[in-house]
Amino acid sequence: MDPSRRAPRAAIDPVPKFRQVGFFAPPERSQSGPPDPTHSSPPISSSLSPVMIPPPRHLSDNLLLHARPTVSPLRPDSSTAAATAGTSFDAADFFPALPSPAPSSSYSSRISGEGGFFNGGARGSGAKVAASSFPRGGFDLTAMKASVVPASELTTVSVVNDSLGIPEKEKGNKGGGSSVEVKDQSNSSKQQKPKTSKAERRALQEAQRAAKAAAKAEGNKASGTAASVNAKSAKAVKPAQKVDNAAVAASEKKGAEIPPEKDRKKDAPQPRMQYDDKSRVEKAKRRAVVKQTEARNRVELFRHLPQYEHGSQLPDLEARFFHLSPVHPAVYKVGLQYLTGDISGANARCIAMLQAFQEAIKDYKVPLEKTLVRDLTAKVSSYVSFLIECRPLSISMGNAIRFLKSRIAKLPLTLSESEAKASLQSDIVRFISEKIILANKVIVKHAVTKIRDGDVLLTYGSSSAVEMILLHAHELGRQFRVVVVDSRPKHRGQLLLRRLVEKGLSCTYTHINAVSYIMHEVTRVFLGASSVLSNGTVYSRVGTACVAMVAHAFRVPVIVCCEAYKFHERVQLDSICSNELGSPDKRACNCKRIWERTALPYTGVTIPRITKPPKMTIKMPKELTRSASLE
Amino acid sequence: MDFQVVVLGGGVSKKLLPLVSQELPNALLPVANRPVLSYVLEYLELSNLKDLIVVVEGEEAAVHVGSWISGAYADRLHVEVAAVPEDVGTAGAIRAISHHLTSKDILVVSGDLVTDVPLGAVAATHRRHDAVVTVMLCSAPISGPSESVSSGGKDKTKKPGRYDLIGLDPTRQFLVHIATGAEVDKDLRIHKSMLHAVGQIEIRADLMDAHLYAFKRSVLQEVLDQKSAFHSLKHDVLPYLVRSQLKSEVLLNGVPQEEENGTEKVISQSNQQMLSQILANASESTFPLRHALGPYGTTSVRNTHKCCVYIAGSSKYCTRLNSIQAYSDINRDVIGEASHLSGYSFSAQNNIIDPSAELGAKTTVGPHCMLGEGSQMGDKCSVKRSVIGRHCRIGANVKVVNSVVMNHVTIGDSCSIQGSVICSNVQLQERVVLKDCQVGAGFVVTAGSECKGEVLAKK
Repeated sequence: MDPSRRAPRAAIDPVPKFRQVGFFAPPERSQSGPPDPTHSSPPISSSLSPVMIPPPRHLSDNLLLHARPTVSPLRPDSSTAAATAGTSFDAADFFPALPSPAPSSSYSSRISGEGGFFNGGARGSGAKVAASSFPRGGFDLTAMKASVVPASELTTVSVVNDSLGIPEKEKGNKGGGSSVEVKDQSNSSKQQKPKTSKAERRALQEAQRAAKAAAKAEGNKASGTAASVNAKSAKAVKPAQKVDNAAVAASEKKGAEIPPEKDRKKDAPQPRMQYDDKSRVEKAKRRAVVKQTEARNRVELFRHLPQYEHGSQLPDLEARFFHLSPVHPAVYKVGLQYLTGDISGANARCIAMLQAFQEAIKDYKVPLEKTLVRDLTAKVSSYVSFLIECRPLSISMGNAIRFLKSRIAKLPLTLSESEAKASLQSDIVRFISEKIILANKVIVKHAVTKIRDGDVLLTYGSSSAVEMILLHAHELGRQFRVVVVDSRPKHRGQLLLRRLVEKGLSCTYTHINAVSYIMHEVTRVFLGASSVLSNGTVYSRVGTACVAMVAHAFRVPVIVCCEAYKFHERVQLDSICSNELGSPDKRACNCKRIWERTALPYTGVTIPRITKPPKMTIKMPKELTRSASLE
Repeated sequence: MDFQVVVLGGGVSKKLLPLVSQELPNALLPVANRPVLSYVLEYLELSNLKDLIVVVEGEEAAVHVGSWISGAYADRLHVEVAAVPEDVGTAGAIRAISHHLTSKDILVVSGDLVTDVPLGAVAATHRRHDAVVTVMLCSAPISGPSESVSSGGKDKTKKPGRYDLIGLDPTRQFLVHIATGAEVDKDLRIHKSMLHAVGQIEIRADLMDAHLYAFKRSVLQEVLDQKSAFHSLKHDVLPYLVRSQLKSEVLLNGVPQEEENGTEKVISQSNQQMLSQILANASESTFPLRHALGPYGTTSVRNTHKCCVYIAGSSKYCTRLNSIQAYSDINRDVIGEASHLSGYSFSAQNNIIDPSAELGAKTTVGPHCMLGEGSQMGDKCSVKRSVIGRHCRIGANVKVVNSVVMNHVTIGDSCSIQGSVICSNVQLQERVVLKDCQVGAGFVVTAGSECKGEVLAKK
């Protein structure tokens, strides 16, 4: 009993630390935001993430780590096997006409729905087997939490209520990657002004002292000379300071090799636009297509985020409808729909954007004396920046754009214009059907196996994947009940509720502040996600973490459904450094953010664990293979 | 952005009769000493729409309008003027130029519209919803709908104004019912199916159809082809489209997205359905969408189209010059509260007096007045809230209040003009008193006559 009691607490403990990261060092954070997903991704490990991690964590992590390396060898293997099997099956199932199953398999076999459901009591029959394979068997809880579920090719991220295995795993990752990240920290500190301030200040002081001395020595001579001396001495001090810094960095890195300054600068990801940096904001404003008035009542904590008054954007964009000739009408329409909220939801936004691009490509003509590859890339970029001005991109859209741009870049030069356009269009169609539609189908197929008769399923907000799962399960004749949890101000859940009730499901609707009252009758929690980051963090609508935490406290398994094209290599430790602000008029409380990350202990996403076996890594989509360096 | 603009210039309207003539068609009626059409053209120019088709009823009127446009907008706009026979109606006018229309969407603007509502907003709304027709609505003028007010306004008490009755869905984005002034009796008929689909209809009587429409070209052309009896856009085409939006008969060309790749056709069938479902679920469920998808998720998609509205904000100015009352109102407003429309710069006294105008001793020109070039005024005159055109000669001790005086008018001494419209080349002899009168072009009012609420014109 004791260990099971202790377990969750142990898991909860790291959380405040997580949080502290966010609130403690906002200036550093704001300067070293994660890379913009739309830009070409930074190279791997050395610049995985500029996010700071407080050093004490690593120490404790390393201490905790020792148990981890012997992850049951059995499980990954079996999961891989299942995954491959499932893959070929799926390819045959869904893509009968596809010429080569290779591409589809490469994506559809991403994540095995590992983990299973742990519910305090041993539910699975394979509990003991798994327990024996678990070195940390000392904890009852882990022993109970056997993964019964065979791994499959799913894109569902099955989420475990277990709070031990994964966080430690993640910590292990951190421990392993700590040198990288610390280096990164020092790296970024080099570029940042406030960071170098210590050395700089010293330099300045010295220079001033020298200047003073010089002035004293030379008595009443012109002050101009003094100034020049000042400058000179400052210059002289500079290299020393550099060396100083490097030395510090070296000591921090504990012997890790230091790449030359230039390389390191190149490696560092392009910092995301920081909206508290006045000069940059000015510059961006001049470029902007959509005029945006800034919000007046800013919140200090979110100052670095783009903050605009939502009311003013739409009329302005509308008024200049006929002035925006470079934007294709289809793209314009989608942008407008983003702005007005006609389209929301990661999948729908991504699909709408891709379809608009498809149309734009269809109407595209290569101008004289230009090559298709370059000109079209520029065009797409301009469309994207227009869309960003309408609403910040979601991660899924970033990935889709990256895909499209890479397809454009890889077009063979021998293709004629019409052929190239046709191939791009079919690429887009394929992206939609394979990465979104098919992924959803696979998720549904897998997740339905988790629904049993008599279940009470809770969902939060309105996720297309979850909706499809529920409807499919209903079609299969499963007897279950749904609890739709909703939140202000958008009340997306009401729409979901309406559709579910129309289909004849029995539903309960409640608001998020009542989630703890309803949770005791719930047996499964299904959540959608905007993105899953490479450290396993789920990035989703604000409130998701709350639901997950409550579910965790009630020992209810949480399952997050997320297609693999939404994965991102970014690591984000808080939901402050990069987020999107909602309309200040609509929010009732001071929680302004739209997105929220769900801390790992509560979701226990299994991606890092799956990345582990090399066989699986191969089948990961690009974004994930990059994150393989986590291990 | 793939829009074509058609300006319906009209011909010689009966409603404006003493004011307009073959030489001075509706479109050229001066508002603050500028033809009313120039307000529309400049409004379009401001929206970066420089390729226009102006349709005018009547050959002679078309020649006048054409020559004026070519003089005033020589290098600024690319305008084509088309003449259509008289009394073909707005629908007939569009039918006549139908073969010139090629773009995806068409903006139809009435030539007598004076407004500053952003045109792009209407077009953007149209595009956003992919609507068949988008109507711009503005708040109806306080003086009552223009149709009810016949000349002079002496019969203001006679009958209550007839309003456009406009039914909107709860989000106020879609038009579900429209009944224009003439059709409205005591009761209002609404289709049950519509009520069922929308759930809640908001009937507004305080809105006015500004006669600015965005049409989907293919639909408009098809409707005009099929229904040859349709005479007016406002009274026939628009109500038809609104009425039939739930079971659309017009063939909306383009079943969404034909897959171009034959090999993927099999997949696309089921995928397409899922795709549309995802997209449909993503948006706030507006009633056309809910209705289109059918109840309880039946897969058969119904044929529907959307009729959208754009409701102009109350701070925007939007009026049509379609009655004499409206003419006076617009003249007053353009000089007064909506002065940014006039394009003139006002003096410190908040009025416009051309430097070449001559004022006699002790003559006062109040705020919200306009005095055209070359006009002369005698001693001890007073002008309040009025527009006086070019080269007018006004004698001594004349009072002009709330009136419009066009060009080359001669007004004798000691006249008093109140709430009247005096057309070009009119001669008012001494001691004439006019109240709420319209004086047609070239008319001579004999000395000492007193008129109230009369129409004075050459027979």
